Parts: sequence; structure tokens; C-alpha cells
Amino acid sequence: MEIAGYPLRRLRARVTEGIDAPLFALALALAAIGLAALYSASYGNASRVAAQLANLALALAAMWAVAQIPPQTLARLAPPAYAAGIVLLVAVALFGEVVNGARRWLNLDVVRFQPSEMMKIAAPMMLAWYFHRREGSIRLRDFALAGLLLAVPVALVARQPDLGTALLVAAAGFYVIFFAGISWKLLAGLAVLGLACLFPLWSMLHDYQRRRIRTLLDPSTDPLGAGYHIIQSTIAVGSGGIAGKGWLNGSQTHLEFIPERHTDFIFAVYSEEFGLIGNVVLLALYALLIARGLTIAASAPTLFSRLLAGAVTMIFFTYAFVNMGMVAGILPVVGVPLPFISYGGTALMTLFVGIGILMAIHRHRKLVQT
Amino acid sequence: MSFAELKNHQIELRAFQLRLGVAGFLVLAAFSALLARFVWLQVLEHDAYRAKAEENRIAVVPLTPSRGLILDRNGEVLARNYLAYTLEIFPAQVRDLERTIAELAEYVDIQPRDRARFRKLLQETRNAESLPIRTRLSDEEVARIAANAWRFTGVDIRARLFRQYPHGEVASHAIGYIGRITTQDLERLEEIEVQANYRGTDYIGRTGIEASYQQELHGVTGLERVEIDAAGRGIRSLSRTAALAGNNIRLTLDIRLQEVAERAFGERRGALVAIEPATGGVLALVSKPGYDPNLFVDGIDPQSWEALNTSPERPLNNRAIAGLYPPGSTFKPFMALGALELGKRTPRTTIHDPGYFVFGDRRFRDSKPGGHGTVDLYKSIVLSSDTYYYMLANDMGIDAIAGFMKRFGFGTRTGIDLEGEAAGVLPSPEWKQARYSRPEQQKWYAGETISIGIGQGYNAYTPAQLALATATLANNGDMFRPHLVSYVDNARTGERRFVEPQLVHQLHLRPEHVAFVKNAMAGVAREGTSARSFAGAQYSSGGKTGTAQVVAMKQNEKYEEEKVAEHLRDHSLYIAFAPLESPKIALAVLVENGGFGARAAAPIARTVLDYFLLGKLPKAPKQAAPEVAVETGAASD
Repeated sequence: MEIAGYPLRRLRARVTEGIDAPLFALALALAAIGLAALYSASYGNASRVAAQLANLALALAAMWAVAQIPPQTLARLAPPAYAAGIVLLVAVALFGEVVNGARRWLNLDVVRFQPSEMMKIAAPMMLAWYFHRREGSIRLRDFALAGLLLAVPVALVARQPDLGTALLVAAAGFYVIFFAGISWKLLAGLAVLGLACLFPLWSMLHDYQRRRIRTLLDPSTDPLGAGYHIIQSTIAVGSGGIAGKGWLNGSQTHLEFIPERHTDFIFAVYSEEFGLIGNVVLLALYALLIARGLTIAASAPTLFSRLLAGAVTMIFFTYAFVNMGMVAGILPVVGVPLPFISYGGTALMTLFVGIGILMAIHRHRKLVQT
Repeated sequence: MSFAELKNHQIELRAFQLRLGVAGFLVLAAFSALLARFVWLQVLEHDAYRAKAEENRIAVVPLTPSRGLILDRNGEVLARNYLAYTLEIFPAQVRDLERTIAELAEYVDIQPRDRARFRKLLQETRNAESLPIRTRLSDEEVARIAANAWRFTGVDIRARLFRQYPHGEVASHAIGYIGRITTQDLERLEEIEVQANYRGTDYIGRTGIEASYQQELHGVTGLERVEIDAAGRGIRSLSRTAALAGNNIRLTLDIRLQEVAERAFGERRGALVAIEPATGGVLALVSKPGYDPNLFVDGIDPQSWEALNTSPERPLNNRAIAGLYPPGSTFKPFMALGALELGKRTPRTTIHDPGYFVFGDRRFRDSKPGGHGTVDLYKSIVLSSDTYYYMLANDMGIDAIAGFMKRFGFGTRTGIDLEGEAAGVLPSPEWKQARYSRPEQQKWYAGETISIGIGQGYNAYTPAQLALATATLANNGDMFRPHLVSYVDNARTGERRFVEPQLVHQLHLRPEHVAFVKNAMAGVAREGTSARSFAGAQYSSGGKTGTAQVVAMKQNEKYEEEKVAEHLRDHSLYIAFAPLESPKIALAVLVENGGFGARAAAPIARTVLDYFLLGKLPKAPKQAAPEVAVETGAASD
């Protein structure tokens, strides 16, 4: 068979080139679960599912495109991407649109765009690029400088204010620093210092952020306000039981007790309807995805690709853990989506670009290893 | 790669892989913690949570408070609520909106206007629970839908309170109107942190008192805890906190006076502001043409909105507080007072008025060809001599004029309790410096001062400012902030919160100077430019006519009204206060393109004063707008 004079087999080879089958299958399985939960959360209204399918198609195209880029090119792209991200964040601070009291969006007429989102990838890329250049002679001051490179975007995002994204960007950068070999003693010291900083940090938090932390410690103090989210999502998870109430049968979901059920709290919808069995399946899928990512990092040829693959994989983990922990009531409510499952085009795009990066690193694992 | 480097590389790689292992362990530990939590919630505590979910059948339903009424000073209702049935669609529960609407149209009348309005609401409202497709259903329509309710999902009939403005167009700019809450409104409400009180509220004040007293009118939202069944339908009420109705707003405005004033305008465009000088209470606030605020109540349809917005008459524009006009000769009494206060003129000083004033190589013409001959200060006001004020402006200088007029509130927002007030322009060298960017435009030329003296040039004020200045003069220099609201009335407790008259400042004018100017203004009505309009009045009043040029005439061009397009004709103005001793009312009238002040604006002022002071209604509408050619001679404008 031929299409436009192109043998079908070669066309298929061209399309699947660079696509890592296990990663692809795992991400798609998660996305499929997401569409099912989204359909239930929308009370059987297909329009939101259709919109998410369009987001998914766009994200897959981005993943494929990124998977074709050799890691050396990614490394070259790191400084300009980082610089562009900083410029955009400053632009947001100056001209951004205010939505829900936070200045996060940049309106480019055609699309509204959240520059903080691209920092989740651009910041670890920049740090990996820096350590790669200093390979063989990485000293203490390199870690200090990397910390500075990370602190700038984190501070800009935190000021918007968007604590959730700021923490994720910080975590992404931290993973690079960790994998680059920061000494355990220093790490322990930083941890102690961090705990010591908690107190002054508390005074710097916005009111709504403090309320969220207080609410986590005792949700029942505010049953009609912020605590309502946690109480209701915990009831949803708990009442799901072992086997769940069945797809489209979650009473918590369908009686509108779950807030933000399409986005940050979609796990409550899923967990209520699919129960403990569904949760185990979900945890297993994430664990396999992370294992695959760490394997790719272990066999990556250059320092840059090792650090980036490790950091990207751990970002997936952070997303999943923070979101599920929040819904299950063991972590504070921060605006972190459940990876591949929550509704929203921007987050999906970032995640699949991350998958694309892993694929690109995996595909080029032998090219430079001479 | 040397052996040492290779070895180094191997060590680094092993260190990295060790850290990957640590990371993997971290992942396992975290996921195990999650799993433990899931087991705790879903297995060990499952029964407790299942019971909670079962009990979780209580919905909190907001109870919308009824909006406060707006009443005039005599208790006449200007804005009220009535109960009507609406047919509402819950967009989230409907698969195919167009089809559902088409099916509904088989039972009730749905006009293209209704569809267009529904689409507009759908775009403007975020996360709308339900949106009306038809409002004010007849009993028969309600019955027909109810009988066929089983055919529809996501459709419901609701009884809702609607706003109604019984007086229609009258005082529409003062009362304002309400509109449906849009996404932007919600964001604003969130910013001032009152969004919780607006759960269940669909409407918000858009303009006028409805907007400026929104918080008072809204009331406190109540809530009802309702037990719901598995399908989410309410079964029974568990507890109820009643909503507290909004406060009623009692205005200082007299709707009958307002009606008389609006009728006096006829079809003409313009504005009138009448103020009680001793308190600042606004008695009438007219902006013509008006509009029917009832159109906005259940969401205006796009066609009507388009028509109101694109009309060249600009009916939505509140001319009384946002329209800017040169005051023309109504500026002269204030100039005269300034001249006396600053010692630039005495009542006895006379000038010769040949019909023009020469400054440099420019000739400023008097509106009366040949001039008024020998003119003193009294005559300059009564006969409205332009030449006198050209000279006076030149002698005073722009800084002294601007300084004095600023004290009368010219070029400053009056602070009236309405949104959207314009500041106007009090010309001065500083203003020009700030207004223009090019250096040659920024410079103030002495020649520009001359026409400022007769209220022309850059002068631009709102009718409200002119009325406030007149009221301040009538009140011997004590300026009270104009306000439309007399008191806020809590209907439940009977508590009344009065808006206390607010003294903005005292001008500390010399009493003999004020008396002189007031007397000259009485002369205007008795023997001067408005004597014809005030012939036979049973009360004494002070006034001043004014004519404001819309287009500047060239040096030797003569203004001939019939040759000038209607919208380029002069504006007609009149300011007045009455009675002369202890004035009860001060007003400013402006008729756009009405021609001479004596002809269009003065008769309207007479009609309003007659009604206010004597309770006399105008006999025929024609009397209010006499289309008689202006008598030349005495009346210069």
C-alpha cells in the first residue's frame, strides 16, 4: 500500500520513530482514565470531553515533535528558553491579566498564556545545561549559582501569587540539583535551615495561603469555607470503598458536593466511582511511568540528558503525589492538577512535552556514547 | 578519554545512579503512604464515610433578598419589584440548547428577540446556574409548560422578582437601571469580598442611584438547608435563615417637578439640574432624551441596545453630570462677583461699549451690533454686555479668573451621589500646559483670556456644576455638596439614616457684593434679557441667560441661525434662583442647539419655578416652547 507515493510501512516507521512504546502506552492509558472521569464529572455532557480530546491531540503532536529533537539541540535551547521565560514572567508582572485575584495570565489576543507553566520545563533545562557545562569540576559555588538561577523564576511566580506553581518549579530545579550530586551533608543542612525559615515564611504568606494550611490541620473549623473542599473530597474517596460506586454513579460528584471536580479535584470523582481498586491501578500506572522515566535517566549518555530526564520524571511524581495527597486530605490544598487526568490544555501540554523530552533522550541514548 | 577520566566518569555515573535509586525509593515511600491513606479511608473507615455520604443530602440554597425600593421626596415609588414567572434553562444540563428552545417554542411564544437575549446572557454569564429564555409568562403559558414538564430536562419555571420603573423615561438618568450580573461584575464583587452575599443574586445596579446605592439596595442573602433526594431534587426544608430585604432609598428629588421639567423640554435635547441651596438636595435632574429603564430589567435585547447606543441623540449619556458645555453668558454674574471681590470693578465704574473690543489686531464682537453704549456693572449683567466682560477678563487676567471660579466649583466634580460624573475644564495656563504636548500649544496667549470672560473659549462645565455654582451664590457663598438621596430607610426596623447636608466650603464673600450681583440677576428677570419669559411672575427670582457657541464664527462672519445645521446651532442656557430673598431653589437649564438663552432655556426655568413655588402646572405644552422670533434690542443673548 502506498499513500502519495510513500510506502505505508515506511510512513509508519517515520511516524513511530522516536516514540517509546511503554511511555506512550502508559501516558495514553492515564489520559483515557482522565477522559472517563471527566465525562462523569460533566454529568454526561460531552462538550468538555471533546474539548479535552482536542487538547490531547495538540499535546500529542507537541510530544511527537519534541521527541524528534536531539538532546544536544535541547541543551542549546535551554538558555534562550529560560531567558524567554523570565522575560515573559516579568511581562506578566507588569501587564498580566488579573484572574481570581492573581496576575498569572498573559493575553496575546489569540491565546491567553501562563508563562509560569513553561518554567516547569525551562527551569530544570537551564540548570541541567549549567551543570553539564561545568561537568567534571562541579563545586559548591556551582550549586549556589544554580540555586540563584532557580530562585529568580520561583520568586517571580510566587509573587503572582501562585504558590502551587512556584513550589513545582522549585521542586523541578531541586531535583536537578539533587541529581547533580549536591552533598548529603549540605542537603541535610539546607533541610534544617528550611525548617528554621518556616516561621518567618508564615508571615510572608497571603491570607488565603495561611487559611489553606490551617484548614488542612483541622478542616472541621471551616466547614462552609475552605475546609469544605477537603471534607467533601475525603467523603468522596472514603465512601468509594473497595470497588467504588461505579462509573457515573458517584453521589458526591453528581450532587455537586465536589468543588472544582473537572480540574484539581477530579481524583475525588475517580476515586469515588472506582474505589480502592481503581486507586491501586492509578498508582501502578504512575509508578510504572516513573520507573520507565528513571530507567531512561539511568541509561542517558550525557550529564545534561541524565539530569533533565531524572528531573522531568520526578516532576510527574510530584504532581501525582501532591494532587492525590491533597484530595485524600494529607497535603494542603495547592493548585496542582493530577497529571494526564485533570481537565486543562496548558498542563496537558507541559506534561506531554515532558514525555517527549524523555523519548528524545531515550532515542539518542547511544548516539554520543562512543 | 584517558583511563583516569574514564574511571572518574564511572564513579560519577554510579553516584548518579545511586541518587536515582534514592529517588525511586522516595517515590515508593510516598506512594505507599498514599496507599495506606486510601486503605484507611476506603476500607477501614469506609462505613463511616459511606454514612456521611448518605447524610450528605443537604443542599444549601441561597434565598435572594428583595431589592430595596426607590422613592421620591414625597414617597412616590420610582423603582419597585413585582413577582412574575420565568421560563429558565439550566445550560449545564441541556445537551442541545437550540433544539430545546425550539421545542419550548411549541408551548410558549419565544420571539427572535428572546433568543438573541438568551445567547447574549449565555456569553456574558460565567457558570450560570440557570438563564431565562422567557420572562413574564402568562398563567396560561405556565400551565402549558407545567403540563408538559416531563418532556424537558434542564428546564424549569421559577417565580422571580422583577424590577419595574413605573415612571418609565422620567428621571431615568437619576434613578438608573439594573442589569444581569456579568463575569466582570463577579470579579469586582470578589475584589470587595462580598461575592458570598451575591450567591443567588442575578441583578446589579448599572447606573444612577441603582448603581451608586447598590450595596444598600441589595440586602442580605438568606439561606435554606434543603434535604435532597438521590437525583438532587429538594424534598423538605431543614432550616431557614430568611433573607433581609434591601433598604429603601428616599430621594430628595420631586418626581412631579421632574415630570414638569421633562415635559417642558418637549422633544429637545438638554439638561436641567435643580438644587435646594441650603442643603444641596437635588430637586430635579433632567437629561433629555431619556430612555425606558424597564428595557434593561430582564436583559436588554441586542437590537434595543444597539439602537440606544448608536442613536445620534445619545440617550444613555447623562448630560446633567457628564455633558460638558461652555456656560456662555451665565458665567457673567460670577465674573462680576469676582471683579467686586478682587477690587477690579466697583458698581459705579462705567465703560463705553461700541459693540466690540480690540485686543492686538483682533476684534472681539459684542452680540449686539453697535453695542450698549455706556455700561456699568448692573447693566452689564441685565443686558449681558459682551464688551464689558472682554475688558474685565483682560483686566483680571487668567490666573485671577481661574482662581476665583475654582472656588465656585467650576472644573471640579460636584461630588453628587451618582457615578460617571465629568470634571469639566476650568481654563488656566497650568491646565493648558498639562493638556497639550507641543510647546507652542502649551503656551497661554493673553488673547485667549478675553473670550473666557463671556464663558466661551476653553470653558467647559457640566450643568450640575453650573447649578451648584448658582446654588452657592444663592446661598451667599456656602456650598453644599449636591446629593440625590435624602435618607436610607430600613423598612424592617424603621431606622432612617439621613444624608446630612455636607458643607463643602464657605466662600466668605462680602455680603454687599453678593447682594449687588443677586439684585442685578433679579434685574435680568425683571427688565433684562429674560424679562419676557418672566413677565407676570408672582414671585421674585434672579436669573441669567446664556448662549454658548458650538462653532466659532470667523472675524467678519455673522451668525445666522437658519443657515446653520441644527446640531451646530448655539446652546441655550439659563441659570436661576428663587425667591430672591432666602432662595428655595437654584437651577441651571441647558437646551442643546436651542439658540438664544432667552428663547429656549428661560421659559423652561419659568415653568419649573412656577410649579415649584406656586404649584402651577403649565397650561399647554406650547407655552413651554414658544417659537417666537427673538426680540432684538434688549436681549443680546
